[in-house]
Amino acid sequence: MTAVQDAPEGAEKEIGRARRRKEDGRLITGRTRWTDNLNLPGMLHLAMVRSPFAHARINSIDTTEAAEAPNVVAVLTGADLADSQGVCINAWPITPEQVTPTHLPIPTDRVAFAGEIVAVVVARSAAEARDAAELVDVDYEDLPAAIGLKAAVTDEVLAHPDLGTNKSAFWRFDSAEAGTGGDVDEAIAKAREDGIVVEREFRQQRLIPAFMEPRSVVVDPTGEQITVWSATQIPHILRFALAATTGVPESKIRVIAPDVGGGFGGKLQQTPEEMIAFAVARRLGKPVKYTETRSESLMSAHHGRDQWQTLTLAADKEGNVTGLKVELLADLGAYVAIVGGGVPVLGAFMFNAIYKFPAYQFNCQTVLTNTTWTDAYRGAGRPEATFGIERMMDELAAELGVDPLEVRERNWIKHEEFPFTTVAGLEYDSGNYEAATARAMEMFGYDELRAEQKRRREENDPVQLGIGVSTFTEMCGLAPSRVLGSLDYGAGGWEHASVRMLATGTVEVVTGASAHGQGHETAFSQIVADRLGVPFESVEVLHGDTQVAHRGLDTYGSRSLVVGGEALVRAADKVIERAKPFAAHLLEASEDDLTFSDGRFQVAGTDQGIGLTEVAAAAFTAHNLPDGAEPSIDAEATYDPVNFNYPHGTHLCAVEVDTETGAIKMRKYVCCDDIGNVINPLIVAGQVHGGLVQGIAQALWEEAVYDESGTLVSGSFVDYLVPTAADTVSFEVDHTTTPALTNSLGTKGVGEAGTIASTPAVVNAVVDAVRHLGVNDIQMPCTPERVWKAIQGAGDGGPDTQGAAMPHFEGDGVAGNQEQPGTASTEGAGA
Amino acid sequence: MIPAPFDYLAPTTVEEALAALAEHGDDAKLIAGGQSLLPVLRMRLNAPEVVIDLGRIESLRGIRDDGDAIVIGAMTPHSVVGTDPLVAEHAALITRAVEHLADAQVRHRGTFGGALAHADPAGDLGAPALALGAEFVIAGPGGTRTVPAEEFFVDLFETAIGEDEILTEVRIPKHTGWGAHYEKFVRVAHQWPIVAVAATVRTDGDTIAEARIGLTNMDSTPLRAKAVEEALVGQAATADVVRSAAALAADGANPPSDLNGDADYRRHLSTVLTRRAVLAAAGA
Amino acid sequence: MTRINLTVDGAKVADDVEPRMLLVQYLRERLGKTGTVIGCDTSNCGACTVHLDGTSVKSCNVLAVQADGGVVVTIEGLAATYDGGELHPVQEAFRECHGLQCGFCTPGMIMQSTALLEENPNPTEEEIRLGLEGNLCRCTGYHNIVKAVQHAAGQRSGSEQDAGAQA
Repeated sequence: MTAVQDAPEGAEKEIGRARRRKEDGRLITGRTRWTDNLNLPGMLHLAMVRSPFAHARINSIDTTEAAEAPNVVAVLTGADLADSQGVCINAWPITPEQVTPTHLPIPTDRVAFAGEIVAVVVARSAAEARDAAELVDVDYEDLPAAIGLKAAVTDEVLAHPDLGTNKSAFWRFDSAEAGTGGDVDEAIAKAREDGIVVEREFRQQRLIPAFMEPRSVVVDPTGEQITVWSATQIPHILRFALAATTGVPESKIRVIAPDVGGGFGGKLQQTPEEMIAFAVARRLGKPVKYTETRSESLMSAHHGRDQWQTLTLAADKEGNVTGLKVELLADLGAYVAIVGGGVPVLGAFMFNAIYKFPAYQFNCQTVLTNTTWTDAYRGAGRPEATFGIERMMDELAAELGVDPLEVRERNWIKHEEFPFTTVAGLEYDSGNYEAATARAMEMFGYDELRAEQKRRREENDPVQLGIGVSTFTEMCGLAPSRVLGSLDYGAGGWEHASVRMLATGTVEVVTGASAHGQGHETAFSQIVADRLGVPFESVEVLHGDTQVAHRGLDTYGSRSLVVGGEALVRAADKVIERAKPFAAHLLEASEDDLTFSDGRFQVAGTDQGIGLTEVAAAAFTAHNLPDGAEPSIDAEATYDPVNFNYPHGTHLCAVEVDTETGAIKMRKYVCCDDIGNVINPLIVAGQVHGGLVQGIAQALWEEAVYDESGTLVSGSFVDYLVPTAADTVSFEVDHTTTPALTNSLGTKGVGEAGTIASTPAVVNAVVDAVRHLGVNDIQMPCTPERVWKAIQGAGDGGPDTQGAAMPHFEGDGVAGNQEQPGTASTEGAGA
Repeated sequence: MIPAPFDYLAPTTVEEALAALAEHGDDAKLIAGGQSLLPVLRMRLNAPEVVIDLGRIESLRGIRDDGDAIVIGAMTPHSVVGTDPLVAEHAALITRAVEHLADAQVRHRGTFGGALAHADPAGDLGAPALALGAEFVIAGPGGTRTVPAEEFFVDLFETAIGEDEILTEVRIPKHTGWGAHYEKFVRVAHQWPIVAVAATVRTDGDTIAEARIGLTNMDSTPLRAKAVEEALVGQAATADVVRSAAALAADGANPPSDLNGDADYRRHLSTVLTRRAVLAAAGA
Repeated sequence: MTRINLTVDGAKVADDVEPRMLLVQYLRERLGKTGTVIGCDTSNCGACTVHLDGTSVKSCNVLAVQADGGVVVTIEGLAATYDGGELHPVQEAFRECHGLQCGFCTPGMIMQSTALLEENPNPTEEEIRLGLEGNLCRCTGYHNIVKAVQHAAGQRSGSEQDAGAQA
C-alpha cells in the first residue's frame, strides 16, 4: 500500500507535525498511575533487609524479634522461599563457556554485593515493615571483596569463590578472521615503522541510570491470573522470566507497566525485588507492594558502563587510519544481569564508527566483582565505543597537528559510498556525514571560536577555551532476530502491533513497545492517523499490559519507532487491505476500481466512495458483507527488522576551563543529527536534549564510587551528582535528513543519540582547552580537581576519585546510607 | 522511607521547650526547619524518642535592629533573611551567602539558627557568621548566655549549645558600608560547597582598612583566615596584593578529602577563592 | 497519634497521624493525592514540591504535624485554586513547550516554577535555572522546562494582576 503517498495534496499530514503530547494532560495535573499509587484491598507491604557487606557469608538470620513486631505478617529468608522465588536470568551468555553465577533473588548462604537482599519483611503498612526490618538480626562473616576491574581480573580475590575465577567471558571480533578486513596487528606493526600509532587507556566510569521514579512492584494473586504491576520497561520479558523460572504457567501471569517514570535502560531488568514480591504474594495469597527508596535504588538497581578501554590506533603519516585494536575490561558486578555481558559486545560493531578502517579487532573480557550488577544504560555499549573512537580521532589529529574535523573527514565514509559494509561487518544503508558536519559548523561559528581560542592562548588567559568534536553514528533499532541469534541472545528482536477499528469511528492501536516517557501515544497516533486517514484525536494507543498487548518485546535500544512503528504501519496497511473488499461490496464496485486515500475508498472516475470508518461500522453490524466474509477489518502485524539503522550526527561543544580551579563552564553546544524522517519534531528535540545532558553528565559529573570495602560511597543524590537546570545550558539542535532505507517511514532511532555523541564532544573540548599546557587526557568525570591536577602535571588523566562522601547526614556517629561493615554481626541495614 | 517512631512536642514558648528538653534529655531532638534533620531521620541514621518542634514559638522568628547589631531570630527562614533590608544594609555578607544556600524550597523552610546549630562545616552560614563576629544567644535552664562565634563552633556537627539549651537568636555586629562577597565552589548547584570563602571588606579610598574572611569546609568547623586579614590591612585592593595575601588562606587549615577533592586541592582552592572573594568584596 | 487540621487544595481536612508521617506521605496515603510523588530520601530531587502557606516546600522534608494549621496546594489543586479554570498557565506552558517526558518530576517542577514566578515574574534564563536548582529531571535535559517557564512568564506579563493574586 502507498496510502500516505496517495493522499491528495493539501491534506495536512500528521507525520512531521509538532503535535503537543496526548500524554501530558494527565501528567501536568497529577492524574497519574505510578505503580506506587496503587492500593488494593488487603494489600500488604514489603521491606527488604539488605546486606551492608560487599561479600560475606550468612551464618544465621534471626527473625524472631521482627516477626513479633506490630502488624508484621511474615519475615521470610531465601531458605523460606526456596524454589518459589525463581531465579534472575541472564538472557545473553556471550560465549558458550561464560562463567555465570546463579542469581537467586534472596541468596541463602552468601551475599555478593552491598545492598543484596537477605530477608523480606511483610507487614500491614510500609512503615511497620521498615520498622521490623531493622530488627532482623543477621550474623555475617565478612569475606574479602573483589572490588575494581583491574584488581578483580587478577583473580587474587574471588567475587564467587566457588567459581574459581572472576573472568566471566572473553569475546573477540577480528576482521581478518571474519573476512571483513585485514589483520590489525600487521597494520599496527607497519604503522610503528613508517606511520603513526596512538595508544591510550580510557576509563568508562560506572554510572547509575537514576530514573526519577523509584522502582515499585505490586502483585495481586487473588484473580485467576496473577497480576503484576511494575515500574518496568519490559512487561513482556518480565512475564516470560517469571513463568520460565517459577513454574507458574505464562498464561496465568499478567504484567502491567502503568505510568513508568523513566528507565534509560535501568528498568530493563528482571529484578530480585519483582521476584520476591511475586513469591510472597503467591505464598500469602494477598496483594503485596514494594517500593524502593532512592538509596535502595542507587545501591541495588543495575548500574551502567564501567570499563577500562585500551585502544591502539594505527594510521599512515598522512593520517589515513589503517587499523584499530580494542581491548576492554568490563565490570559485570556481582551477577550477569539480563543483558549483562552483552552490553560491551553491542559496542563491538561501533568502535570503527563512521571511519573506513581496513583492519579491526575487538577484545572484551567481562569480569565479576562484589559490586552492584551492571547492565544497559542509555546507549548500552555504543557510548563506550563512540567515546573511545572519538577521543582517539582527536588524539590522532593532535599527533598530526591538524584540525580534528580534518582528520575525521579524511577517514569517514563519503555520502556517495553508501550503502557501505564496515570492517565490523555491518551494512550502513544511508548517511551524509559531510552535510551534518557542515550544518553543525555553521550553527557553531566554528572559525570564530577557534580564533577566540587562539587569542586566549596567546594572552595566557586564566580561562582557556576548548572546542570538542564528536562525529558519531550508532546502530539502533534492536534488532534483527537472526543477528541476535547469531550472537547467542536468548530472544528475538521483532515487534508486534494491532489496529482495532471500533464501530463508532475511533481506532485502538495496540503496540508491544512499552513507553516510559517517550511519547509513543502521540507519535504512534500521528503515524496511524496518516496511514488510515483518521483524525489524530480518534486514535488511542494501548500498551504496557500483557493482557492488552499480548505480544511484544518492549522498549529499549531505540527500537520503538523503527521496529514497533513499522509493525504499526504494516498492521494499518492490513486493515485497509481487509476493508477493501467490504468497501467494494458496499459500493457495488470492483475492488480493482477502488483507490484509498485520506481515509476513503473511492471508485475511480466517480464521486462514489465510502469512508474507512463507515466500513468499520458495516463490519460491526455485519448485515451486509460479501458472502462468507469474516466480519472484521481489524489486523495485526509482527515485524522483524532486516537491519539495524544508523543515525549519525556532528556535535560541537565549546567549554571554558578555569585553569586556576579546574572548573569547567559550558559555553555552547550545537548538534546536527541525521535521524531520517521525523514523525514529531517536538518529541525528537526533547529526546536529543535529554540525551545530551545524560552524556554531558558522564563527562563532567556522575560517577558511582565504591570504597575499598565495597560500600557504594555515592549512595544518594548528595554524592551521585545528577545535574540540575542550573548546571546545564540551552542547546542548539538541528537536523539533516537522509531517510533510512530499511523501513517504510524512513526513520532512524533517536532515543540514545544525544547520550552517545555528547560525552566525547565534551571531554575532547576539555582536553582541547588545556592541551597546550601538556595535557592529553583527563579521566571522566572531568572534575575540577582532575582538571586542575592534570594542568599541574600530576599525571595523565588525574587521580582516581577519593572513596569518601561528605558527611552531611552524619547522625550520632553513623555515616553513609547504611551501617558500616566492620562488625561481625549487624542488625538488618535498611536503606 | 519513613523515620522511626517518635513522640512529638510543639511548645509555644522557649520556657516550655526548655522544660521539654530537661524532661527528655538525650532522648530528645530539637527540630527547627528540619531540612537537615529530616533526611537523617528518614534514613534512620538517628532515631530520637522525642522530637521537639520549635516551629510554634513565635518569639524565635524575626529580624530586628538593636543599635550596633542586628538580631536574627533562630527560627527565621533563610528566604526571609536573604531578602531582609536590614540584613542587606548591615550584614551584606549574610545576604550574599544565603542567596545560594541550598535551593529555593529549602530556603523557604530551613532556618537561620537551625542551620548554624547543625554545624555542618560545609554549611553556608558558619563562615559568614564567624567573619562578622556574630554572637550566639543561647537559652538554658539557668537563663541566657551569649557565646562569641569563635567559641560557638566546636567540631564537626558540634557547637557550644548544651544538651539542655536552645539557640534563640544570633546578634550580628553591624558592618554597615562594608563590601561583601561569598565565593562558593561547587560541581553541581545543589551541592554543599566543596570550599567557599566569605569575605567582607571596609575600604578607605583604594585601601583596605579592614577585612574579615571566613572559610567554609576547610576544617571540621568554619575557620577565620586571620593571616589573610592581617596581610590585607592597609594595602591597596589590587590583584597582585590580594593574590599574595590570599596565598595564606589555608594556613593552619585541615581540610577534608572526599569525592569532590582531596585536602591539597581544597587548600589550593581556598587561596584562589579568597582572592576572588576579597577583590569582589572590595569592588576591585 | 496527633490531630492535624489542614486546608489541602481548597478542602478542609482533619486526621490523626503518627508524628513521624511526612507531609508527602499524608498527601499520598491518607488523602489519595497521588499526583505528588516521592523521588528521593535526601530532599535533593524536589519531585514532592508543594506549596505550604504560599511558598514552595519539599513535602518529603516536612512532617505532617509541622504543617498543622497550614494551607497546602498540590499539583492536583493548582488549576482550581488559581482561578477555577482548566489549567494554570505554567501547566499549559509545560505542555505547549514539551517540558516533560516521563512526567515524574513534573508535579514538583510545575509547583516550583509557579513559586519562582510568584517571586520573580520576569526571570532571566539564569534566574530560572537557579530557581529550579532544587528539582531534578532526568528526561528533558531542562532545555524545554526553561522554555516553558519563559513561556509562562510571557503569558503572565499581560495579566500580572491575576498572577499576583494566586498562592
